[in-house]
Amino acid sequence: MRMLLRTCGELSVTGGLVMLLFCAYLLWGTSSYTEWYQSILKRQLLEHSRAAGPGGKLSKIDLGDAVALIRIPRLGRDYEYAVLEGVTAEDLRRGPGHYPGTATPGEVGNFVLSGHRTTYAAPFNRIDELRRGDAIVVEAPEARYTYRVSGKQVVDPADVEVIAPVPGHPGRRPGKAMITLTTCHPEYSARQRLIVFGVLSARQDRR
Amino acid sequence: MYGWIWRAIPGGTGVKLVTVLALTGVAGVVLWYVVFPMLEPHMPLDRVTVGR
Repeated sequence: MRMLLRTCGELSVTGGLVMLLFCAYLLWGTSSYTEWYQSILKRQLLEHSRAAGPGGKLSKIDLGDAVALIRIPRLGRDYEYAVLEGVTAEDLRRGPGHYPGTATPGEVGNFVLSGHRTTYAAPFNRIDELRRGDAIVVEAPEARYTYRVSGKQVVDPADVEVIAPVPGHPGRRPGKAMITLTTCHPEYSARQRLIVFGVLSARQDRR
Repeated sequence: MYGWIWRAIPGGTGVKLVTVLALTGVAGVVLWYVVFPMLEPHMPLDRVTVGR
């Protein structure tokens, strides 16, 4: 009896330690994969810029390809992630993903990006700190686009209206170039989504 | 259980200690690189997209 209880206790303690280790893995272990893949995507973007030439635009971006660099000065001077095409679980492990079919950088419509909040390097961990007017800089191969934050919203996971060409008004024809960032809310949860909107304010062509 | 493992490992205290550390290390590596990556996609956290 005593033996049984002791074994139970030892197994429970071991299980607890394994769970702690799993939490550590989720928070830090997953990041190493993202960081490794980000370096690949950033290299790919450099090649794209060279291929696109001055003012040129890439004709086609395949799923999984690097789309642009995103910079958010409010979140730190070294805040920089390579965005890739696609929002499958595997895409998002590699970095913030661009919703296929939504606008391209700078295009009239809605340029929609999703990114992890707590795992896989957590690129969108602090987007709740963004305030109206903050810059979201998108470095595409052909130009640098500066969007300004115009609003924030917490929505249900099923609210697809936020990624419509005119956010919140599906079916309406867009007249502005918007950016929309989506991530989970609250942190460590799948209950809701945090959405940050921005409007294009400047375009600077690459020389 | 751990008492039994300790007794089952051959050698003196020093050798036992090294063996235990090595075994723990192996268990950790297997968890970190094999088990955890398999479990992680099933965790209901950090779902970031909308729709579907």
